[in-house]
Amino acid sequence: MRTTEICVIGAGPAGLCAAIAARDMGARVTCVDSGDRPGGQLVKQTHKFFGSRAEFAGKRGIDIARILAEQIENDPLVELMLESTVIGFYDDGAIGIERDDALTFLKPARIVCATGASERMLAFPNNDLPGVYGAGAVQTLMNVYGVRPGKAVLMVGAGNIGLIVSYQLLQAGVEVAAVVEAMPQVGGYDVHARKIQRAGVPILTSHTVKAVHGTRTVEGATVWALGGDFRPIPGTEQHFQVDTVCLAVGLTPLADILWQAGCRMAYVPELGGHVALRDEDYETSRPSVYVAGDLAGIEEASSAMLEGTIAGLAAARSLGHSTPDFDERLAAARADLAALRGGPKGEKVRRGLDRLMRLGREVGVVA
Amino acid sequence: MTDARITTHPILEFKEGRKVRFTFDGRELDGYEGEPIAAALHAAGVRVLGESPKLKRPRGFFCAIGNCSSCLMTVDGRPNVRVCTEKLREGMCVTTQRGKGVLFAND
Repeated sequence: MRTTEICVIGAGPAGLCAAIAARDMGARVTCVDSGDRPGGQLVKQTHKFFGSRAEFAGKRGIDIARILAEQIENDPLVELMLESTVIGFYDDGAIGIERDDALTFLKPARIVCATGASERMLAFPNNDLPGVYGAGAVQTLMNVYGVRPGKAVLMVGAGNIGLIVSYQLLQAGVEVAAVVEAMPQVGGYDVHARKIQRAGVPILTSHTVKAVHGTRTVEGATVWALGGDFRPIPGTEQHFQVDTVCLAVGLTPLADILWQAGCRMAYVPELGGHVALRDEDYETSRPSVYVAGDLAGIEEASSAMLEGTIAGLAAARSLGHSTPDFDERLAAARADLAALRGGPKGEKVRRGLDRLMRLGREVGVVA
Repeated sequence: MTDARITTHPILEFKEGRKVRFTFDGRELDGYEGEPIAAALHAAGVRVLGESPKLKRPRGFFCAIGNCSSCLMTVDGRPNVRVCTEKLREGMCVTTQRGKGVLFAND
């Protein structure tokens, strides 16, 4: 069976940074991704990132994807397997990879799992009609392939994704009828909210979708107000004539492989759902299996990159690799990560991580 | 091509592949080689890609990255193809799938 030192599953921001960090330590890396290009969801992020210089603040996601990929492409230590899907984790530590309708196996000494997340659904009548699209799907269609998702869109969710995608829709020449948000306040950064408000898009907080209308595809949507107890208030209905309803109602970790690997999981709503218990090095309860990025807890691409760096460094060192700047680099990544999570918008994530680490200590995953 | 295609964008430039012809339920359409079949269909105004197996409700794509399987169609006779990631090629025969699809129909 083919072997490698470190298999990184997923070539998004976390996976690419894990591969780069492990390679920098001298480890042999195989990075596997189901997509046809490296970068994961960065390839459709046209907005400029925040955070610190180390995480490419001021650069657009699409450019970050290229910068990261260039660091490992054509590197003799790194094998990048694209259009390759990891379909299983086996008892002996091997993973199955499907490529071109053929199954191959790879036995790595360490695995960094960075599979990301999938989009959440929302329950309302006709939520399955064509035209109800995930925010990521809208971004892929319009920012990667240059096709408008519709003529007029109702955006559901005023977190960063909902706000950013609304702005990107406007840039692509699509009308955004309104943004609805169930919470009484906007969840994303004010700067993103103000940009779309200046363009005339109303943000309706304490509102949700009552129903979507249409026979074969979306023809309209009705929203209504929510009271303090999140119960809808009859009589507050507003109708929007839209052909697309975009759901930006959160993400949940794509953790199938971790379940299969028998990693201890915990349900932490603040981190998006079931996440793996793991230590400070991002190693799970299954020795030699690491996690990074949205899979380890839903955050942002900037934090995913730092988690990937930490997991990649730690995994490589556990195999005996070392470099003079190891301690410095690990400490820098940890400090940058703490800074990213430091603000008021990081409160929820901090709460979730506190709980995750406490649970980890209780069962001995964290020392 | 319809006006669903973005021609000018403040940030992005779209490098389209070669223009190719394909059929959707017998209808001749065109798209760009290498783009997902679902993108070509969407640009041609096709949003209903299939139907749910039991209640026959119309289905479109949802995730567009090959995770959710809402966009399964029959392509060149092969059922259950995720058209949100399957790349468009010249002459492809794309059809609406009825039911769960039969593999190895000739066996």
